[in-house]
Amino acid sequence: MTDKSPLTLTINGRDHAIAVEARRTLADAIREDCGQTGTHIGCEHGICGACTVIVDGEPVRSCLMFAVQAEGRQIRTVEGLADGETLHVMQQAFMDHHGLQCGFCTPGFLMLAVGVLEREPDISDDDLLDVLSSNLCRCTGYQNIIKAVRAAADEMRK
Amino acid sequence: MNAPTKGSHGEALKWVGRAIRRLEDPALVTGQGHFTADLSAAHWVRFVRSPNAAGKIDSIKAPDGAMVITAADLKAVKKITPMLHKFNYKAVGQSILADGVVRFVGEAVAAVVAASEEEAEDIADLVELNISASAPVVDARDALADGAPQIHAEAPGNVILKGEVKTAGFDEVWASAAKIVRIDARSHRQNATPMEARAAHAAYDRASGRVTLTCTTQMPHLMRTAIADLLGIAESDLRVIAPDVGGGFGQKMSLCAEYVLLVWLARKLKSSVAWTEDRRENLIASFHARDQYVTLEGAFDKDAKLLALRADVVSNVGAYSCFPTTSGVEPLMAMAEMPGPYDVQQYQCLARGVLTNTCTMAAYRGVSRPIITFTLERLMDKAAKAFKIDPVDIRRRNLIDKFPYTSATGLIYDEATYKATLEMAAHAIDLAAFRARQKEACAKGRYLGIGLATFSERTGYGSPAFAARGMAITPGWETVHVSVDPSGYVEARIGSSPHGQGLRTTLAQIIADELGIPPDLIKIVHGDTDTAPYGWGTFASRSLVISGGATLIAARKVRAKLIKIAGHMLEAAESDIVLEDGAAKVAGTDRSVTVAAMAREIYTQTHRFKGELEPGLSESGTYDPPGTFSNACHIAIVQLDPETGFVKVERYLVAEDAGRIINPMIADGQVHGGIAQGIGNALLEEIVYDDAGGILTANLADYMPPTAHEMPPIELHHMETPSTQSITKAKGLGEGGTIGAPAAVLNAINDALTPFNVEIDTIPATPQRIRAAIREATAKQSA
Repeated sequence: MTDKSPLTLTINGRDHAIAVEARRTLADAIREDCGQTGTHIGCEHGICGACTVIVDGEPVRSCLMFAVQAEGRQIRTVEGLADGETLHVMQQAFMDHHGLQCGFCTPGFLMLAVGVLEREPDISDDDLLDVLSSNLCRCTGYQNIIKAVRAAADEMRK
Repeated sequence: MNAPTKGSHGEALKWVGRAIRRLEDPALVTGQGHFTADLSAAHWVRFVRSPNAAGKIDSIKAPDGAMVITAADLKAVKKITPMLHKFNYKAVGQSILADGVVRFVGEAVAAVVAASEEEAEDIADLVELNISASAPVVDARDALADGAPQIHAEAPGNVILKGEVKTAGFDEVWASAAKIVRIDARSHRQNATPMEARAAHAAYDRASGRVTLTCTTQMPHLMRTAIADLLGIAESDLRVIAPDVGGGFGQKMSLCAEYVLLVWLARKLKSSVAWTEDRRENLIASFHARDQYVTLEGAFDKDAKLLALRADVVSNVGAYSCFPTTSGVEPLMAMAEMPGPYDVQQYQCLARGVLTNTCTMAAYRGVSRPIITFTLERLMDKAAKAFKIDPVDIRRRNLIDKFPYTSATGLIYDEATYKATLEMAAHAIDLAAFRARQKEACAKGRYLGIGLATFSERTGYGSPAFAARGMAITPGWETVHVSVDPSGYVEARIGSSPHGQGLRTTLAQIIADELGIPPDLIKIVHGDTDTAPYGWGTFASRSLVISGGATLIAARKVRAKLIKIAGHMLEAAESDIVLEDGAAKVAGTDRSVTVAAMAREIYTQTHRFKGELEPGLSESGTYDPPGTFSNACHIAIVQLDPETGFVKVERYLVAEDAGRIINPMIADGQVHGGIAQGIGNALLEEIVYDDAGGILTANLADYMPPTAHEMPPIELHHMETPSTQSITKAKGLGEGGTIGAPAAVLNAINDALTPFNVEIDTIPATPQRIRAAIREATAKQSA
């Protein structure tokens, strides 16, 4: 189990040449081998969604994917959302609408919402609620997350 | 950040009361936060945990060459032995790793140390545990039965504490009652489930011999005190850091044996060592809560006025006692606060904490009050039914409306708005319109229900309140150091340890108003025992009241000194100086001096103050208030499907009074989050043990916190009754949402069940339980 193979992960447009065991999850590889600790791990069984990242345009739970499966694909994490000093509208909306408290689940919610809205900008409110129900937050009661994502969705459609 | 506007009467700029954006957020939304598990270490730990609920450890066999720590290695480490000097409390000790005996599934038996997390996990799988299992006792009532297995020799009959109260004249008043109404309530076991599970990182510094423990905790200073005590080291040789903490909700205020072991290991290895708990460990072996049976009887006069309450509380405290609160935290809270917001002067209660072969119970947001409020509010609805009056009306007849009010248990309630928030909520929900809609729906086979909960939320209580419990460790006060550095920037170091509550923002707002400096130029420093003053951390809806009060005291001292400095520098009378826009100004003139210039002067030109002012600009405030009561009325409207037992919360409305609100956006967020946890408690969340003491809910698919789907839109209405018991006039509000929601939801479910002649007094009211109750009633009817 402990044989490591070399692979290259492309995270936020930057290549990371790493060597990992076949069993290494993408979440662990992003955090520990590539040092991008903004992606958090909440359950490691695909329920909470804290580890959500965008792979080739699709939000995925990085705890349910092996690092080796992500080779050659475009991975986006929370660290890559802002454009320099300018926050992504989703990040700004979470701040404006108090869509976070402890902030642990926030990167997962941001990547989930951005990933879905980029693919489906005209998603209905009901479908958006369905999507947001795939991640867990224990602090906000979701009220302000929903508000923030709806506000950002309006902004992204402009 | 928006600039504040001048008040209409020309008063100074005010930041308090405004919904400014949080200073915490920029780092957290960009992935730049620092959480414990982000640190790397030379060594990683994996705990081997007991698969048995009860038994004797015969042997622990480690694979060749592996480093596996067991109790045999820890003889010099004291047991965690929390203490209460009251309520017939029996001190029971917990070894850092199980020593000869295991008492619950998930108890740490051995610790594997390896170079990586994966390697430690692989080795842990190979550790051979030989345990002679014995019959466990899982349920608290079973543990009280004659002949039940004894969990600790020190606590015969498994009773770890017993509180009793009976007011003088109780029997006479009880005998005079027109009606006695009774409820047998059951609250099943829950887990606070912060999204970040436990994690710790301990690093030894060879130069100083000190260990730095970074861990996800609500109480960094108390962790330092407790761990130094257990290891027999100087507190100054241990630094504890609570970095960004991913939610706590009470689970992270207790001392974890695992953290003690990490510090011990760092010292032994003279290196760094880390542990990150997985979700399964969190669900089975971090702290649990809420496992209680409460029987409550109310004696009413002929006009439905409550005369007396009699309660029996059986609280399952698990296998050990938690530090620092002890396992009295739930049963004693239940005993002290059972009468809630109602005017009732006669009270009898027996509250017992009962040891079982289950995970240790500790504080969880609301501590017992979600249970006792649900019990008491169900009792009021049952009484309303018995008297054939409206649920609003029975509350109207019984809520406290004269202040200060001294409760049957001696608590002093400061001014609140129990009746006013009830009326406000009832008006906002339009009860009459709902009843019409409910009737119409019922005719079509759709079952709607409405439920009320009125309650008090005791917050911001200082050391006398904790001392009354007889705790060997009596938390309460807070200290804050506010300083202006020579560059004019303000820093406040606080002993509280916020982890999502937005305290950096709200304290900065308080300081901003005193010093006339915008909040974004004020840094709040917390969570590091090397830089923060000793304090008790963040729990019990206390930080804004107590740390906020200490902040105000310290900021006022700094303000007074700034005015003196300005008086000297501007050669003006102190009474003519105003502080605003980052400067001291002489009122009615254009003469001013910036705070930065004054700060530079008092550090570097002290000779100019002719010995009248001390060098530097740093002041300290300590606050230890008696406590203040927030209050609210919650109303839930549910739709219930009798075929499946499924309950959907359609609408949720709150009328709340938490005194002066420092930041309305943050306050609302606290209420929203609390309600979500309360709805989870009411409908979904349950740690299920089987008879052998195994846990059937060890992942988040089986233990279900609510998602966005389960949450109704929440409508908040506010009143602000400034507290006279808090110098900022603010009351706490961290727990109210969680306290009110189970009661409101259960009352609504029972209202919806009225046509079926069924009542359900168990939380969570799962579809299975609702279906079982309907089936039973239908069977009875047809029999």
